[in-house]
Amino acid sequence: MSEYILEMKNISKIFPGVKALDDVNLKVKKGEIHALVGENGAGKSTLMNVLSGIHPYGTYSGDIYFKGKKCEFRNIRDSEKAGIVIIHQELALNPYMTIAENIFLGNERAVNGVINWHITNQEAKKLIQRVSLREKHDTLIKDIGVGKQQLVEIAKALSKSVELLILDEPTAALNDEDSNNLLNLLLELNQKQGLTCIIISHKIHEVTRIADEITVIRDGALIETLVKGRDDISENRIIKGMVGRELVNRFPERTSQIGDIGFEVRNWVAYDPLDEDRMRIKHVNLNVRKGEVVGIAGLMGAGRTELFMSLFGKAYGKKISGTIIKDGRELKLNNVSDAIQEGLAYVTEDRKTAGLILIDDIRRNITVASLKKVSKNSIIDENAEIKVAEEQRRLLNIKSSSIFQKTSNLSGGNQQKVVLSKWIFAEPEVLFLDEPTRGIDVGAKYEIYTIINKLAEQGKCIVVISSELPEILGICDRIYIMNEGKMVGEMTREEASQESIMKCIMQSEHNNV
Amino acid sequence: MFELVDMTTKQKVSINKGKDSNMDNYRDVLRHNMRQYAIAIALLVITLVFQILTKGVLLKPINVSRLILQNSYILILAIGMVLCILTGGHIDLAVGSIVALVSASSALFSVTLGIPPLLSILLGLLVGILAGMWQGFFIAYVNVPPFITTLAGMLIFRGINNIILNGQTILLPKLYVTIASDVIPDIFGDGTGLHITTILVGFIAAIAFVVVAIVNREHKKRHDFEVEANHLFFAKLVAIAAIIVLFSYWLARANGLPYVVILLIVLIVIYTFITTRTVAGRHIYALGGNAKAAELSGIKTKRVMFWVYTNMGFMAAIAGIIFAGRLNSATPTAGDGFELDAIAACFIGGASASGGVGTIIGAIIGGFIMGILNNGMSIMGISTFWQSIVKGLVLIAAVAFDVYSKSKAKVS
Repeated sequence: MSEYILEMKNISKIFPGVKALDDVNLKVKKGEIHALVGENGAGKSTLMNVLSGIHPYGTYSGDIYFKGKKCEFRNIRDSEKAGIVIIHQELALNPYMTIAENIFLGNERAVNGVINWHITNQEAKKLIQRVSLREKHDTLIKDIGVGKQQLVEIAKALSKSVELLILDEPTAALNDEDSNNLLNLLLELNQKQGLTCIIISHKIHEVTRIADEITVIRDGALIETLVKGRDDISENRIIKGMVGRELVNRFPERTSQIGDIGFEVRNWVAYDPLDEDRMRIKHVNLNVRKGEVVGIAGLMGAGRTELFMSLFGKAYGKKISGTIIKDGRELKLNNVSDAIQEGLAYVTEDRKTAGLILIDDIRRNITVASLKKVSKNSIIDENAEIKVAEEQRRLLNIKSSSIFQKTSNLSGGNQQKVVLSKWIFAEPEVLFLDEPTRGIDVGAKYEIYTIINKLAEQGKCIVVISSELPEILGICDRIYIMNEGKMVGEMTREEASQESIMKCIMQSEHNNV
Repeated sequence: MFELVDMTTKQKVSINKGKDSNMDNYRDVLRHNMRQYAIAIALLVITLVFQILTKGVLLKPINVSRLILQNSYILILAIGMVLCILTGGHIDLAVGSIVALVSASSALFSVTLGIPPLLSILLGLLVGILAGMWQGFFIAYVNVPPFITTLAGMLIFRGINNIILNGQTILLPKLYVTIASDVIPDIFGDGTGLHITTILVGFIAAIAFVVVAIVNREHKKRHDFEVEANHLFFAKLVAIAAIIVLFSYWLARANGLPYVVILLIVLIVIYTFITTRTVAGRHIYALGGNAKAAELSGIKTKRVMFWVYTNMGFMAAIAGIIFAGRLNSATPTAGDGFELDAIAACFIGGASASGGVGTIIGAIIGGFIMGILNNGMSIMGISTFWQSIVKGLVLIAAVAFDVYSKSKAKVS
């Protein structure tokens, strides 16, 4: 038997009109952590879907050998039986079931269809311990955070006597601390129990930290496999492989021209809409100057999204109080359309569920927030609308066949550009950008940063909420740090560093206790 | 109905632009077209089949006229229903009961209370609007799911109808019958049986259609948008104009142009215009496509829901008046099961059960498919039991085909 637990030979997969995978040869050694990196749409997920039987045998060409045996998986059940488990980016957990029920979902501990709860709970407890999850087995999934949910997924995989665990962007939705815990767990499972892992990730620093080998995929083809200890696995080296060229600077240059205060918030308070006694946003003050890019740093759940959604025409929260001042004038915003009217824009954190209408085309998505501008007496002038959409497509370099392409068919980066152009077309003076580059690739990120810079140059007030500290440090003039619904710090670009921000957060936690 | 042409030119633009850059979109557009055509082709095939099976009775002028009159109220309900479905796959189960409520209360006004017929009709429409507002209020502002709200409405409105009528049937004044069944007067007729005025109206409609289409196209040209090739455009224009004239000739050979047909066409044109060209229409589609995104784009989603259901009440009221007129009376069982026919028409016509997809024209074609099945099988003497089975099979087949073609075309 060879040292490879998995060999994928000459895998090609064609979707109607697109060659998603082109003659890929992937080898994974037993007991290693193997990372797959590449830009969005490079074919990483497709390759893993081929491996796990989501694209069944016969829909691709090439051979898969697992533990030396040729495999012909027709569905996920087949691959799981062989010991390959895939955990998708979108978690497949039922929020209204307990942790134990979820772990054994589809794999129930049952005799003749009758579930043995005793064994279920007992085994669940063991698995919960194995993944260092500090929760009780009968806690409902909806009551635990995304980080812990990810651990439940891993426990679920372990319950299936997994030998090869595939994780698709496991840390995409996690904050730094949860990501760290998850990676440590993977290292531990790998080193102590010899679990082989394939991890797909956009976060290159994580990849370099835990992976033994790193395979770069670009445009459906395998570019190279870098081995830790043998090759250079620095971030720059990997990015070069991913984009096919050296990316000199990940953040475009900008000379800030900062003017007067354009947007100010005083003593802002908002309560949880589900629990009206719980104060979620606690007396927040902040200001943004014209032409300034202000970053909001904080852990997941710090209340950043909630703060800016509540500012955006009370789109979040109950019993909201406080003052919003724009250009020296107090604003009264009772709903989102008031906010848009007054020149505010909020680019949502999750473009698929809250930003885009995926079944609609680019054109309709761009104009949806400002239909007044392309209509007369409430009747839409389609010609004007088409012109506007074409213009935006050109300005933001949205890669698509036409403005009539459905947004669901666009890559993440281009989807994000459509969302941005929707708000640019609304011509706001104050923009809140919530995780503007989440889940998009390095090249597209650079383009988004360039757009942000251009907007700042036009003298707009810009707020960027981001969980990626390098990004905040790279593009912002000033940084607010939020924790537990409060502003706990403010730093200039010069003062701020990853360490100082994290320290600020930790100290505030300390003060809370 | 000029929107159809407009829609195709639009798709033409994208096809031309997609040619060089992306095959994906080319197929996407084609598929979209196919979906539009597939329903129309299905209607054509079903018509031909029943034309043969009924030995030519189906398309006889008098039967065509009857078929439209018989289905007019379902078609009107389908126009309102498709808007409800667009908002997110929601349906209105109460429309059958609102039809009954409106006919009963209108009878109450005109017969029992002696209010003039025209005013009674308007009051009846108002009752329908109020019923729609009642439902819209609970759906939009109290957040009760539409299914439950309208299920409750179905029971409540039916009950009120029964209380008003007390189990009796009330005969209605002449005006109701005129609206529901009569034809326009033949001013230019010579009394030889052919309804000249109807043909004249047909010609005027055809010319109006041609003018609107050409103006639209010139407008596009001025903006430098690509338009269909000349010969294609004019061939289509001539064909549609010919159909309009032929249709009017057919009606002229029957009794003439019924008032209901005028009403129906006006409603179709207005609502097609609203859905495709107005801000309100766009808001409805946006809400159904992604409610959260719509809300965060400044669309007042609650208000949209409220008006869509209020409008449904209005459409049910119109249907109620017409149905009462056809029966010449208000009856306790009026409108029974209408909601299901209207819902089926929308889904056969390509509306998506998850919202955001669907057209007025589609729902009308879906309604005609149902109508022809009913009418054709009745002529053939097939029992209503079998008719029900066939209609059910057609509904499931239409939607299954839709789902299948979508899943096949999906590029993950």
